[in-house]
Amino acid sequence: MKHLIKITIIALIAVSFTSCNNSARPNYQYMPNMYESVGYEAYQESNAFANGVEAQLPVDGSIPRGYTPFEYSSDVSGYNLAKAELVSPLDSTQFDEPRAKELYTIYCGICHGNKGNGQGNLVKREKILGVPSYDDAGRAINVGSIYHVMYYGKNSMGSYANFLSEEERWQVVAYVMKLKGDLEK
Amino acid sequence: MKKSYQSLEVNSIYNMKQVIHRKLSSNYLRLSLIFLLTFSTSIFAQDGDPVVGKSLFNANCIACHKLDKKMTGPALRKVESRLADSEGLDREWFYKWIKNSAGLIKSGDAYANKIYNEYNGAAMSAFPTLTNADIDNILAYTATEPTVAPPPPGPIDGGGSSTSQEGGISNKLILGALGVLFALLAGALFLVNKTLRNFADAKGVALTETKRTPIWKAFVQNQFLIFVTVIGLLLASAYFVYGFFMQVGVNQGYQPVQPIHYSHRIHAGDNGIDCKYCHSSARVSKHSGIPSLNVCMNCHKSIYEVAPKTQAEGLAEYGVDYNAEIKELYKAVGWDDAEQKYTGKSSPVKWIQIHKLPDFAYFNHSQHVVVGGIECQTCHGPIEEMEIVSQHAPLTMGWCINCHRKTDVKVKDNAYYTKIHEQLSKKYGVENLTAAQMGGLECGKCHY
Ligand code: HEC
Ligand code: HEC
Ligand code: HEC
Ligand code: HEC
Ligand code: HEC
Ligand code: HEC
Ligand code: HEC
Repeated sequence: MKHLIKITIIALIAVSFTSCNNSARPNYQYMPNMYESVGYEAYQESNAFANGVEAQLPVDGSIPRGYTPFEYSSDVSGYNLAKAELVSPLDSTQFDEPRAKELYTIYCGICHGNKGNGQGNLVKREKILGVPSYDDAGRAINVGSIYHVMYYGKNSMGSYANFLSEEERWQVVAYVMKLKGDLEK
Repeated sequence: MKKSYQSLEVNSIYNMKQVIHRKLSSNYLRLSLIFLLTFSTSIFAQDGDPVVGKSLFNANCIACHKLDKKMTGPALRKVESRLADSEGLDREWFYKWIKNSAGLIKSGDAYANKIYNEYNGAAMSAFPTLTNADIDNILAYTATEPTVAPPPPGPIDGGGSSTSQEGGISNKLILGALGVLFALLAGALFLVNKTLRNFADAKGVALTETKRTPIWKAFVQNQFLIFVTVIGLLLASAYFVYGFFMQVGVNQGYQPVQPIHYSHRIHAGDNGIDCKYCHSSARVSKHSGIPSLNVCMNCHKSIYEVAPKTQAEGLAEYGVDYNAEIKELYKAVGWDDAEQKYTGKSSPVKWIQIHKLPDFAYFNHSQHVVVGGIECQTCHGPIEEMEIVSQHAPLTMGWCINCHRKTDVKVKDNAYYTKIHEQLSKKYGVENLTAAQMGGLECGKCHY
């Protein structure tokens, strides 16, 4: 009988140790007063706002410093207009090819391929199909149309406006034009 | 010859269906029969090659059309016979539409305008480069019967869960069997002992318990031994207590269950998506950030289910139904996959934060990733192999400091560092500066 009690006590202790070691729960903190931020942290929940998160969209119509508005609409007419008249604010000396290439490889290469021939990794693995090559004659893309597509997306391609700043977008546009030139060679 | 017969049959079957379905008058039936005949001659005349058509379709159309599912444009399986029945359109119409749909819409074609408006003015690209023969091939491809898909290994609910459960059951079975075995053994030993004793009693053998001093008494009497053991115990407990206190607040290995089973193994590993595609702000800010759901939708508008192989692997190895997880994603962003549009009802996904420094320590991603040129994996471990992310590094102060002591700063081609580099290399008499020598050990850099 005595043994039984001892054994159960030992077993209980062992069990309590293992249950502390649960990787799906965070560890204990000692005096956490200065561990948790008093102010809001990024992405924190907050019941101050209707949708329950701290991250909010800027009020409609607010304009960040240094922002130039993009006045083409997202539909086909805006696309055609941009294609016809929009030009890059960068001149050839401002084109920073290594950086543009890096950005292109991160954001576009996965579908369009690092050479721009429409054979990115996802296309080769047949996860996403119908990605055009930049030298597609029927599309005849140019600076304005590329920028419009990056800004608003087109059909099954999404918008990349929130990934890249305005200047970075123009860098990528210049790089896409370079790839197009290389493909047409 | 056989092929066109088949497609004719297909057409007529299709017609019958339509007729039954709509309960149309026999008049219409006759009309459509006549129509079918005229139509089928055109099929005889210019039957395309579905194999060539498939590659053309995949090259040009699949961005917007699937055969059996509405995407940006309508589902195209049997589109020719469908439109021939319902709208009386012939192949000429298809040539015009596919080569230049905008032109056809402008010309005032009734059906072209109708479908254009139905898709809220989404424009189909013009394909002036396609020849009539190309279009014949494409249409032949759209007319093929759906290949009876090999039954997916594990239909979403029934079969799938059973495979995943089987693993669990068999494990439990083995454990249970072992337990029973041990119990039996123990029982047998006990019984043997008892019978032996009974024998001894019966034979009159006295089981003399020899009067030895029990070992613990001998131990208590030996003071030296006690001394050594006490010291040993003290040291051991100090070691464990120290170890216990030092791991308080350290979350190495923390691996919470996330609301959507999102796998870095599949995205960053198998499909090679760059970390910064999703963790975009690591380039420019303190935070690396968790991607907002519109980032996911850049791909998942097109990827509405995983390949059967991926699905089977998920069920067998991880016990998750990947397709159901993509549905979860759609629910959270409010994307109606059948209608291909946003419902406007979205709910934020409550991802659980894993890596978290206390509020009094400051860590900046762009300083390390962009300026320092450190790979994500140096700090976060082999994320691209993790099905579920876990914290790889301890994130203690010692960990930060150690790396600052060991790692050289990249001063090359960085005008910002030229002057300070010269001065500091003179001061320390070294060629390469470590982050520590640049001031990476100053308390104020990390604590404010
Ligand atoms: C998720 C895959 C994917 C990624 C990533 C992607 N694209 Fe695309 N892109 C597509 C698809 C699909 C199309 C075809 C859209 C259509 O016309 O239906 C396309 C079309 C285009 C076109 C031609 C549009 C036209 O005018 O016809 C351009 C230019 C383009 N993408 C540029 C980019 C750039 C620049 C990036 C990186 C910022 C990028 N894409 C990233 C999938 C992608
Ligand atoms: C840029 C996206 C896009 C591409 C690429 C595209 N389509 Fe379309 N297609 C559409 C849209 C959108 C519609 C619906 C009508 C509209 O809004 O113009 C449509 C309608 C159609 C229709 C009429 C279907 C019906 O049920 O009324 C046919 C046929 C068609 N497309 C064939 C093709 C073929 C063949 C190709 C490839 C050579 C192709 N499409 C490529 C977007 C596209
Ligand atoms: C397709 C988008 C995507 C890609 C690509 C991606 N991640 Fe993530 N990552 C996420 C999402 C979503 C989460 C939040 C869910 C989770 O923790 O699993 C996350 C979480 C993380 C976390 C844990 C964050 C925390 O809460 O502490 C780390 C670390 C991380 N990712 C690193 C990486 C690294 C390193 C790579 C490149 C090898 C990478 N990610 C590629 C989407 C992505
Ligand atoms: C660059 C393209 C891309 C982006 C961005 C992307 N995915 Fe995926 N996703 C894929 C591919 C490719 C697969 C695998 C499909 C297959 O194997 O057939 C996949 C599979 C999945 C699956 C099923 C497998 C699993 O991981 O559980 C889920 C769930 C998923 N994605 C969620 C997300 C979420 C959430 C995001 C946003 C944080 C996201 N995806 C962003 C391309 C992407
Ligand atoms: C020098 C080490 C180091 C490197 C390199 C690093 N991280 Fe981190 N990461 C951390 C630390 C430390 C935290 C915790 C930050 C905090 O709580 O303030 C963190 C947090 C995160 C988070 C959680 C969200 C956040 O920002 O707090 C994500 C996601 C993440 N890292 C992704 C990445 C990706 C992607 C890369 C590569 C581009 C990367 N990390 C490179 C150390 C590193
Ligand atoms: C993998 C190695 C590594 C780890 C781990 C690491 N760092 Fe660093 N850290 C560096 C390097 C290299 C630099 C110098 C970057 C530069 O400015 O060129 C640096 C710079 C810094 C700076 C700026 C120092 C200055 O002189 O301005 C701060 C602050 C910093 N790290 C904080 C941290 C914190 C906090 C942690 C732990 C959570 C940490 N680091 C972990 C490598 C590391
Ligand atoms: C490279 C960045 C870095 C530098 C430099 C640094 N610390 Fe820290 N320190 C940290 C991090 C990160 C933590 C949080 C560790 C944890 O949560 O386990 C920390 C924790 C601490 C703590 C523990 C607080 C607690 O309640 O757990 C003290 C005390 C501390 N630091 C003092 C200092 C002093 C004094 C210096 C200057 C000699 C210094 N630190 C320099 C990064 C740094």
